[in-house]
Amino acid sequence: MFGILLSRWRQGHRTISFPSGQPTLPDRFRGLPVIDQSKCPSGCRECAEVCPTDAISFDAKGLQLDLGRCIFCSDCVQACPEKAITFTPEFRLATRNREDLILNEHELRLADALDEKIRRLFGRSLKLRQVSAGGCAGCEVEVNVLSTVVFDLGRFGIQVVASPRHADGLLITGPVTQNMLLALQKTYDATPTPKIVIAVGACAISGGPYIDHPEAHNGADSVLPVDLYIPGCPPHPLTILDGLLRLLGRIEASAGHKSSK
Amino acid sequence: MSETLRMLTLHNGGARPVQEVPTLDWQQFRSVILNSVASGAHVAAMFGHVPDGKDCVEIFAVLADRESGQIHVAKSTISENAYPSLTIDCPQVHLFEREIAEQYELLPEGHPWLKPVRFVKSHRSNHGTSKRPLIGVTDFYRVEGEEVHEVAVGPVHAGVIEPGHFRFQCHGEQVFHLEISLGYQHRGVESKLMGGPNKRTIHYMETLSGDATVGHTTAYCQSIEALAGCKVPARAQVLRGVALELERLANHTGDLGALSGDVGFLPTASYCGRLRGDFLNMTALLCGSRLGRALVRPGGIVYDLDESRAKELLNRLETTMRDVTNAVDLLWNSSSTMSRFEETGKLSLETCEQLGIVGPAARACGLECDVRNDFPAGIFRMSHIPVSTAVTGDVFARAYVRWLEIQRSADFVREQLQALVGGTIKTTLGELAGEKIVVSLVEGWRGQICHVAMTDPRGHIARYKVVDPSFYNWMGLALAMRNQQISDFPLCNKSFNLSYCGHDL
Repeated sequence: MFGILLSRWRQGHRTISFPSGQPTLPDRFRGLPVIDQSKCPSGCRECAEVCPTDAISFDAKGLQLDLGRCIFCSDCVQACPEKAITFTPEFRLATRNREDLILNEHELRLADALDEKIRRLFGRSLKLRQVSAGGCAGCEVEVNVLSTVVFDLGRFGIQVVASPRHADGLLITGPVTQNMLLALQKTYDATPTPKIVIAVGACAISGGPYIDHPEAHNGADSVLPVDLYIPGCPPHPLTILDGLLRLLGRIEASAGHKSSK
Repeated sequence: MSETLRMLTLHNGGARPVQEVPTLDWQQFRSVILNSVASGAHVAAMFGHVPDGKDCVEIFAVLADRESGQIHVAKSTISENAYPSLTIDCPQVHLFEREIAEQYELLPEGHPWLKPVRFVKSHRSNHGTSKRPLIGVTDFYRVEGEEVHEVAVGPVHAGVIEPGHFRFQCHGEQVFHLEISLGYQHRGVESKLMGGPNKRTIHYMETLSGDATVGHTTAYCQSIEALAGCKVPARAQVLRGVALELERLANHTGDLGALSGDVGFLPTASYCGRLRGDFLNMTALLCGSRLGRALVRPGGIVYDLDESRAKELLNRLETTMRDVTNAVDLLWNSSSTMSRFEETGKLSLETCEQLGIVGPAARACGLECDVRNDFPAGIFRMSHIPVSTAVTGDVFARAYVRWLEIQRSADFVREQLQALVGGTIKTTLGELAGEKIVVSLVEGWRGQICHVAMTDPRGHIARYKVVDPSFYNWMGLALAMRNQQISDFPLCNKSFNLSYCGHDL
């Protein structure tokens, strides 16, 4: 008993101050990609050609990057002859709409809070059922981490619960494989209304590395209405936490950040 | 072993012409496998392959001989729709035969447990009238009788974990049998590797099993580099080894915490949860990603470890290991925890060898197997990590082996970082040679990862076989649950901590 108390003192207090304080991320962390289109030589398509998930495309307005498809691999950075693409340390990436994840000349519009009525229900207590619907279990690693003492999800009234019947919504990871389709639909149906759906990771948003595979559907919104998109492969735990807190109105919607020059 | 003379001999990560793989008739094929296994070899892989333009299936067997450090390969051609099963005489192949039956519609006659593995459509699209089987619809094993009941769990589980279906045949609290039915995570990766490598290949490798990214990408790179005849710089080999051991440190620490949580011992559970994250952050210090994404690439690695970064990593390793030691000591000194760990979920050495179990689960039964020691490649040729074993084969042994490995991995990382070899970290890969075969083994944190690659005449991938350690081990969990209390399932499950996506691919 004394040993346990002594080690409790030794291990110390480990919960980070986020969201009141700003976290330090590793210097090589790849957050929001920023594209300086003024550097792009005309006709150059190097980045789009190497992108494994075809997240980069070109239209009349120039280069577009789909953050929902991006797996933050930086293959494009290495392919670009002009160093026009850089990954910034910006970890705040979650949005409410799928199209907000398409980066071109305007700013990334970060997630707004839920409507007042739903927020009154979920704002101080949100119970989520997590469903892995394919994928690599990387997102599960980072969702699980939120329950450790470092992030301590419980202090925000957010909890992952064991049954959809106890849940206010689903947190979905994976591209929704054919073999998980029915189980996912049943879990959704078993969740009482009103309910929300959160798609975590490139797979759940767009199919990720498995885009257009015959064995997988291209993400959660191909089968269910999605209320929050959290990009990454996998997203950093802080990206997920930031997204959840924005959805609940616990972090004030600031005016996003510039994604393109 | 005279039998091995009839097979092609390879070394871990060494390519040879595909034509040199001898084609044996089924009787010879059967006897080389049985005799090799009887003298201690492990069936690392057995898989089907349809030769270009032909209407037959070749079955390849890859036997890893831990004594000699050699890998033996042979094949047999099946032109009928059935062949006599080997499973009764060699249980190690039970799941491989089921997989071949599902992927190539070849019936292993006399297989005692023939059921779908992943519930997928056959790879032979032009063959028969194969319909897609419905997931989870199969002939489940049932115990009948008064007071016997069945408990079915999943695919969606209560925690943040992957999907799988478990059926327990119970008498009161006692489990007579557990049947595990998977396939929910199947996303069709293996068939997408054909014709590669292309721009997605490396990313498939990174996400075969997301918590074993470094292990699987290293196995892939080893095979691709062998096919291209590319020599990886020593510094890259060292840093790959460091990243692999950091992956092991993070996961083993997390597992010890989760095991504590499953018996309600919260101090170690909560400390190890945090400490696992500290190891993940060390990997992020190296490459920006906590799971080691975008680090290992064919030809070397992407991120270098400059002197100040190496120093920072060493400092973090010291403080983290001090806290891990403190947290884990609490576990061993808590008698209530130990009484829950000991004698729970026992696997005998005999069963372990019969099933071909790998990794910490096998070492916990006293089986000395570790790819880093038996088939050393890369930095492990130069720097040896002692094999950690235990004898009791129970939850305690699986936990204790992890603790031994944590200490030895930390020693290895420390040693490498203190005298980091100089030089470049990447070299150009070059073209892949045509019509070659290579077997690549890596000791991932769950155990042996086996990749087999074969190229066509143009140097494209003709067949790429991935065997995740979980594929060998799931049946081990099922057998460890026999005659246990059903309430001990979470504990037993966590003591194996197998991957669903690595199995389902």
